Amino acid sequence: MKSDKLKFLVFCLVVFALPLPLSTGYLTNVLIFVGINSMLALGLNLLLGYAGQISLGQAAFFGLGAYGSGVLTTQYAFDPWLSMVLVALVVAGFAFAIGFPVLRLKGHYLAMATLGVGVIAHIAFNETVDLTGGPSGLSGIPNLSIGSFSFDSDLKNYYLVWSFALAVILLSLNLVNSRYGRALRAIHDSEVAARVMGVNARLMKVQVFTLSALISAIAGSLYCHVMTFISPTSFGFNISVELLTMVVIGGLGSVYGSILGALLLTLLPELLRTFQDYDIVVYGLLLVCMTIYLPGGMVRGIPALLRRLVPARSGNA
Amino acid sequence: MKRLISAALAVVSLLSFASAALAAAPIKIGALFAVTGPASFLGEPERNAAQMVVDEINKAGGIKGRKLELVVYDTGGDATKAVQLANKLIKNDHVVAIVGPSTTGDTMAVIPVVEKAHIPMISCSAGIKITEPVKKYVFKTAQNDTLAVARIYEQLKKERKSKVAILTVSDSFGSSGREQLKSQASRYGIEIVADDTYGPKDPDMTAQLTKIRGSKAQALICWGTNPGPAVIARNAQQLGLKLPLYMSHGVSSKKFIDLAGDAAEGIRLPSGKVLVADLLPKTDKQKGSLLAFVKDYQRHFSAAGDHFGGHAWDAVMLLKGAIERGGDTPDGIRNQLEATRGFAGIGGVFSYSPRDHAGLTKDAFVLVEVKKKDWALVK
Amino acid sequence: MDLLNQITQFVISGLATGAIYALIGLSFAIIFNSTGIINFAQGEFVMLGGVMTIFALNVLKLPLLAAVVAAVLGTTAVGLAFERLAIRPLKNATPLSLIIITIGASILIRGVVMLLWGKDTQVLPPFSGNTPLEIAGATLLPQHLWIFGVTILVIVASRLFFHHTISGKAMRACSFNRKAANLVGISVGRMVLLSFVISSALGSLAGVIIAPLTMTAYDVGVMLGLKGFCAAIMGGMGSGLGTVLGGIILGTLESLGAGLISSGYKDAIAFLILLLILFLRPQGLFKKGETERV
Repeated sequence: MKSDKLKFLVFCLVVFALPLPLSTGYLTNVLIFVGINSMLALGLNLLLGYAGQISLGQAAFFGLGAYGSGVLTTQYAFDPWLSMVLVALVVAGFAFAIGFPVLRLKGHYLAMATLGVGVIAHIAFNETVDLTGGPSGLSGIPNLSIGSFSFDSDLKNYYLVWSFALAVILLSLNLVNSRYGRALRAIHDSEVAARVMGVNARLMKVQVFTLSALISAIAGSLYCHVMTFISPTSFGFNISVELLTMVVIGGLGSVYGSILGALLLTLLPELLRTFQDYDIVVYGLLLVCMTIYLPGGMVRGIPALLRRLVPARSGNA
Repeated sequence: MKRLISAALAVVSLLSFASAALAAAPIKIGALFAVTGPASFLGEPERNAAQMVVDEINKAGGIKGRKLELVVYDTGGDATKAVQLANKLIKNDHVVAIVGPSTTGDTMAVIPVVEKAHIPMISCSAGIKITEPVKKYVFKTAQNDTLAVARIYEQLKKERKSKVAILTVSDSFGSSGREQLKSQASRYGIEIVADDTYGPKDPDMTAQLTKIRGSKAQALICWGTNPGPAVIARNAQQLGLKLPLYMSHGVSSKKFIDLAGDAAEGIRLPSGKVLVADLLPKTDKQKGSLLAFVKDYQRHFSAAGDHFGGHAWDAVMLLKGAIERGGDTPDGIRNQLEATRGFAGIGGVFSYSPRDHAGLTKDAFVLVEVKKKDWALVK
Repeated sequence: MDLLNQITQFVISGLATGAIYALIGLSFAIIFNSTGIINFAQGEFVMLGGVMTIFALNVLKLPLLAAVVAAVLGTTAVGLAFERLAIRPLKNATPLSLIIITIGASILIRGVVMLLWGKDTQVLPPFSGNTPLEIAGATLLPQHLWIFGVTILVIVASRLFFHHTISGKAMRACSFNRKAANLVGISVGRMVLLSFVISSALGSLAGVIIAPLTMTAYDVGVMLGLKGFCAAIMGGMGSGLGTVLGGIILGTLESLGAGLISSGYKDAIAFLILLLILFLRPQGLFKKGETERV
């Protein structure tokens, strides 16, 4: 337990010190999106890694958060913070309501149903042109501000987004190590066994689903205020898939794994730019190879790989 | 005394040499194109054309002895990526101006970034929102949808057709066209009797066309980019739809005729003049630029230059003009861009002003018709 | 009468689109049944079928039939390589990592096709002309008849294969219970490979016959794959008539939705009905409920 706290503190320090050497570069800007993706990946990880429920529609909640905040602040002149809270609550309520029928499904049926929710939300963003601006997007969303202090630079937004991300990390860590977290993992291993032991599996699954939607919605609100422009392409099926990839590549059921996954997949296109037109091929190849060679995700796979490599070397010597 | 003079001369020549070397540092221009992803049909020719014209400027000795350096990034048509890359161009590559992005969505996302950093940007996308209202640092080369819509409506009015059906694709290109089609209709006394959309990757549009066949429409206007309009043309032929079919400038390339085959015959669309460069009268101001562009593009990429590539060509040439007239700082370039008058490019004759950063009139479009698998001017 | 005419056209167009979804859905279900994998690269097989036929036709100058055969064989080779290189090496893989692998593979295949054959949309000439046919006031193209014909052929062939050949029965045995199948001497590994071969061949065939109508490009696979997945789910992920009906229902719903309600929301309508079906009958429309083994 103690080492967990220490780990978290060290992580906080790293997060806060990171922009100092690169404050002028654009990397700060990329790290903002790493923060937002981390929140989304953590939200999905709670559902997928702990409760074992797949979701291919996570981008729907992300988009609802972003569009909720965007529309309320631009069309109805709501206060950004107030709208963020309102939208998060409404999205959570929506997730709770659809959670009961959706989470009754299992395996590929669940995958299909969540995918369907994602597709319908995406179509709604596209078609409600009067409200959302449709496919050409919604612009002129204000930055967040506290009093006269406005989050209008990359550095300010970095600290804003990462404060939220750290809060979500802390929440995840605490949840995982609590009685509740253990019950969740029991559902993951065997829902029937968990039920026999007196866990209200159905309600718990819906609760986690709701929590994960809530986190995604908040990430969406932050995203819209950082970007000040949103369009439906940022909330499509491919985004849901990318989030899923972050969680699995990072390491299912690991909090820091999800962050590692978010970091890698957000920076990857940047790192692959040297391959120019070949980048998409290299990206696909990397996904396949990492899944084959690091089956437990990066957090478990990389140490295991190192362990396998290091004794081998000392044996040769 | 003599020695002193020669020493002084040496110093002076050294200094001037140094400043010449300094002046010879390349001028960095950034470019954001959707080279991959669903909008790659825009991004690829744009990147090719931009690189081609920059190489040519450099081969001819650059601008006032300074070479241009083009830094191209691929947005993949993703707004988040476009913002990150715009930041990279400005903060890491220290470019003085940006060409692109290719799509309206990417452009709208990037506008706050360039406005804040005071870097002039010449977008290659068509959305009217980009330059209306005018933003200080944002210009564009692609013709407004407004102008394309006006061309079609004028023709319909001439033929006394007042009831139209519209069928638009549900992406940013289609929805911008749909908005313009609806808002300008009353000005030309035109009534929209059917208003339908289709998805960019839909395999079949007979349902929408059947519905339109049942309406009282006298003409059908379809707004989209390949392959949708080609599918629509074939579906219309299948259904035996007798309405005159108008497309948008989104499909004004040979590719459309290839895809639609026989079904393309008789279809009309507003197009940039590049499609019919050799048919234009000698008096046309753009003819010189157009023929040069088409020939160059054919030589470099063995493909017909289309007006998408033309948008990037125009953007780089406009920048060249602005830098030549005395600006290699972002603000200098911006001010000179705004002072551009009568530049005959590929998309049209550009005249920017403080109140107009789109710079074109409806002369930028001609109405063309597919005849015997080729384009012909509609008189 | 006019409305009736329109509805006939909607239904006929929907049937044609639905038959395509059904074919793709079948190819989905075949892999799912023998491996439990939802293959997100399925749409890429469809794309490969169309793109390779066009390549064989235009560049290699093969006659149409030879080009189609070459494309189906080519895609099957890709499917085979995919199973050998990406699926086989994974031992004790979770369904999730299998999903990620197929996603990775689909990105990879798309990327390679983009580099090899470019980004342009291409079109295949129709197999037997372009003269529309009239049926009960609605029109169809000869290519639609090809689609119906191939779909019926595939249904009959798969019925014969799965119920009347040793390999087919062995594959069904694997889908019911892999361990038991292994115990009675069925090589599960070989059945998995076989399922990839059949599925990729089937997917590419679908790609070939629709290319003259819908055109093709390196990125058409995603959308078609999704619709095929939908069809398979509606039919309860079986490799028989259920999936075919699922596809046809999906296609007809889309067409009727676009024609009668709203073309913008047609996909949303189709998905909404899919969700309702799932909520009411979680095991798919045409499958009897099963009790879960613990």
